[in-house]
Amino acid sequence: MKRDWLGKVVAPAAVGVVVLALWQWLVTALEVPVYLVPSPLLVAQTLVDDRVLLLGSLWVTLKVTFAAFVIAVLGGTAMAFVFVQSRWVERSLFPYAVLLQVTPIVAIAPLIIIWVDNAGVALTLCAAIVAIFPVISNTTLGLRSVSPGLADLFRMNKATRWQTLARLRIPSALPYFFGGLRISSGLSLIGAVVAEFVAGTGGTGAGLAYQILVSGFQLNVPRLFAALFLITLTGVVLFVLMVWLSRLALGDWHESELTIEP
Amino acid sequence: MAVDTPATDALQGAVGPAVVDVRGVEKRFANGTQALAPVDLAVRPGEFVTLLGPSGCGKSTLLRAIAGLTQPSAGALRWWGGDAGHVGEPGRKLVFVFQDATLMPWTRVRANVRLPLDLAGVPRDEADARVDASLALVGLAKFDRHYPRELSGGMQMRTSIARALVTEPDLLLLDEPFGALDEITRNKLDADLLELWWRKRFTVMFVTHSIYEAVFLSTRVVVMSARPGRVFREIVIDAPHPRTEAFRVTQEFAAYAKLLSECLMEASTEGAPSRNAGAPNGTAGAPQGNDGAPDGTAGASSRGVAAMAGKPGASA
Repeated sequence: MKRDWLGKVVAPAAVGVVVLALWQWLVTALEVPVYLVPSPLLVAQTLVDDRVLLLGSLWVTLKVTFAAFVIAVLGGTAMAFVFVQSRWVERSLFPYAVLLQVTPIVAIAPLIIIWVDNAGVALTLCAAIVAIFPVISNTTLGLRSVSPGLADLFRMNKATRWQTLARLRIPSALPYFFGGLRISSGLSLIGAVVAEFVAGTGGTGAGLAYQILVSGFQLNVPRLFAALFLITLTGVVLFVLMVWLSRLALGDWHESELTIEP
Repeated sequence: MAVDTPATDALQGAVGPAVVDVRGVEKRFANGTQALAPVDLAVRPGEFVTLLGPSGCGKSTLLRAIAGLTQPSAGALRWWGGDAGHVGEPGRKLVFVFQDATLMPWTRVRANVRLPLDLAGVPRDEADARVDASLALVGLAKFDRHYPRELSGGMQMRTSIARALVTEPDLLLLDEPFGALDEITRNKLDADLLELWWRKRFTVMFVTHSIYEAVFLSTRVVVMSARPGRVFREIVIDAPHPRTEAFRVTQEFAAYAKLLSECLMEASTEGAPSRNAGAPNGTAGAPQGNDGAPDGTAGASSRGVAAMAGKPGASA
């Protein structure tokens, strides 16, 4: 147990500290100009100094990310349930889900921004389109991945369609579903940032992507790094949250969550 | 053997329709493979019938057809004299035990065993009481809070049997249930299953490719041959019940094992050419003094109770 904690937290943290220290030392020693690579301490200082601006932007990006994620999860799951109703439905609709997936969001974002008045809604829609596909494909696969023996057992016990769904298909799908969530949560954030790059928000509704753009134009590289840091941090937190959720749901039984004895 | 009652005595009084009546059942898969040539077979109440044969002889297919899991391409199946629509009614309950335990990994042993009752809408209190009783029967009373993955293969199989017994079935169909287990565990489970059968008096159809398992368990062994799968011969194991581990080391046991082994050999060398259903009738290796159990015309012989009275010469 103690070793486990050591391996999971202390080791990566140590690597982080070493890298940051090296970075700080190199930047100072080589006298790298601030507008090229700022030192970690300066980035931290900027983070504190510009906190009102940056946290405000973080909040905007978070709102878009979460809204998009929720839409992707609900919409994707609903679509997966439609798909598994019959092979016919899946064959007819799945190509369009793929179409949605393969079209680069940067290419359709301008269209969506033209069609949708509200910038926030437009961004959310773009991010949701990016994030929805893993949920659809994983959940569909999961709902279909029912052990044939268990399916026979349910059939022999004259289980209703609803009983089979609730007691067999949904539990069988959960590991796949959570796999989809992990990918989708990251994509929601990426979608939110990319869409904002394309759309541009500005003013009070500016997200982190906008701050990066503007900082880039102004050569305010420390702020750019600070914004980048916040995006990365959000991504990591989202991932950890998904891992935790998955463990909560599957920890007791699924192979993926079992700790292997040394 | 404490009670020296021949199995046949227990069955002699059995009247009424056969538990399962298989008439001319054939199975041809979509790719043209004929899994089952026309098969005739009848199983009477209280029998422990084993389908024995090499892999590919259609024994699992036949069992799945009886369970209603696969539709025969031709022929007719009757359960307790009625059609499939009446299966599941009181006195006509049928359960199927799969090759592997087929447990839901996401729920504990208790919920797994309770599943058939939950699906049937049995109230929770009553269901839980029946689950307790069923788990006690298979010796897993203390493991109801475990997840399937925390159990050994043998215990998982016991859970599967407990789930089958919880509905108080009249006919138990087992498809090579202990095939994946080690021999020691398998022998133990065989003995426990046989004891349950003796106590509960349900009818059992059991698929295996183990000669020793077939001799130890069965009141009657149906030897099947492959390509296409068909009934080759039926052999009554006329050893008294209840049988214990001691039965395995008797001369009688060895004689039956030899008989079945010869029978399987014959079935495999005979091959496909003989299309005549009655071909094995009276061939060498058929036990003497048998009133027709090994008669190739399986349908007729198995319906005659007299067939059970025969004692193979090999065991004399």
